[in-house]
Amino acid sequence: MCVTCGCSDSDTKITNLEIDEAEHHHTHTLPDGTIITHSHSHDTHIEAPQIHAKIHNTTISLEQDILAKNNLLAAQNRGWFKGRNILALNLMSSPGSGKTTLLTRTINDLKHQLSISVIEGDQETANDAKKIKETGSKVIQINTGTGCHLDASMIERSLQQLNPPLNSVVMIENVGNLVCPALFDLGELAKVVILSVTEGEDKPIKYPHMFRASNIMILTKIDLLPYVDFDVQKCIDYAMQINPQIQIFQVSATTGTGLEKWYAWLIENLKICQR
Amino acid sequence: MHELGITQNIVAIVTENAKGAKVQRVLLEIGKLSAIMPDAIRFCFDICTQGTLLEGATLEILEIPGLAKCRQCGAEIYLDKPFGICSCGSVQLDLITGEELKIKEIEIEELCV
Repeated sequence: MCVTCGCSDSDTKITNLEIDEAEHHHTHTLPDGTIITHSHSHDTHIEAPQIHAKIHNTTISLEQDILAKNNLLAAQNRGWFKGRNILALNLMSSPGSGKTTLLTRTINDLKHQLSISVIEGDQETANDAKKIKETGSKVIQINTGTGCHLDASMIERSLQQLNPPLNSVVMIENVGNLVCPALFDLGELAKVVILSVTEGEDKPIKYPHMFRASNIMILTKIDLLPYVDFDVQKCIDYAMQINPQIQIFQVSATTGTGLEKWYAWLIENLKICQR
Repeated sequence: MHELGITQNIVAIVTENAKGAKVQRVLLEIGKLSAIMPDAIRFCFDICTQGTLLEGATLEILEIPGLAKCRQCGAEIYLDKPFGICSCGSVQLDLITGEELKIKEIEIEELCV
């Protein structure tokens, strides 16, 4: 008996699928009385249900990218930024890497050279937005509730309210999480992953999707290197193995070490956005 | 757990395309390097489809292996992580397959006339 459809047939053959002679013919009577004769192979248990399905149901070939809607909105956001000469960055890290500290320091140090607005993503509280507000920057807090990442539609909606000035920088501080945010394009010019030396040098190979998706890695809290067991070179090697194009900055937002290179990058890339 | 949001997307896309018909089967294509866990999608699928046209539908997932081409020597190598080292020593790899995240096809109930 045919395992696939339950029909009986004595001349079952097992044949090579590459050769098109594996079929046998038989007849089904449908509940409504319709008689259908069709053929299928008895050793193709993956294909056979589809043959039956085409008779009783309709198969629609969709070939649709599940993230297409997000990617379309992200493309619109990118156009929105471009039209306003805005440099948009998507900052991602695990919780506690020092994103907000780096951000407030950057805003304060560059206040007189460029304008930075911030979109803050956290599951709960407006604590980070309040810290940013103290710098005098425009800021919008997005609370995702159970959500583990920001998506393009959240950015689209918050941009209307944030209304960042022309020729400025928009920093999007993503939800603290090294997994999910890597998957969602927000329309940013670059993805920036922030890793602190208190976290372990093997983070890049533990969370390869994040480090592969990022254009820049900022290694923070380097002032703590004498007190922690963190091999900087090993960390860089891991990051370069996953993403040979990744650009790396080593900084301390507390002492200010290394920040000048990061600031130079920001200023240079804002200029590129304004061309 | 981004799979929950992704499964909600799947339900929305399929519902739109089913145009009111009951959905019997959904076939997904998920690359092994896409950071999406098929098991998590299966788990979310039963929950997300409740009360929709997809309730009770069969979920089939085709997992596509990761394949990359070495920029240095042109060799093609299979990957189970989104990075690797070619036998020539290069880590400059371009992914060919493995990042898919797609609804391949759906099967809807047809009214017999």
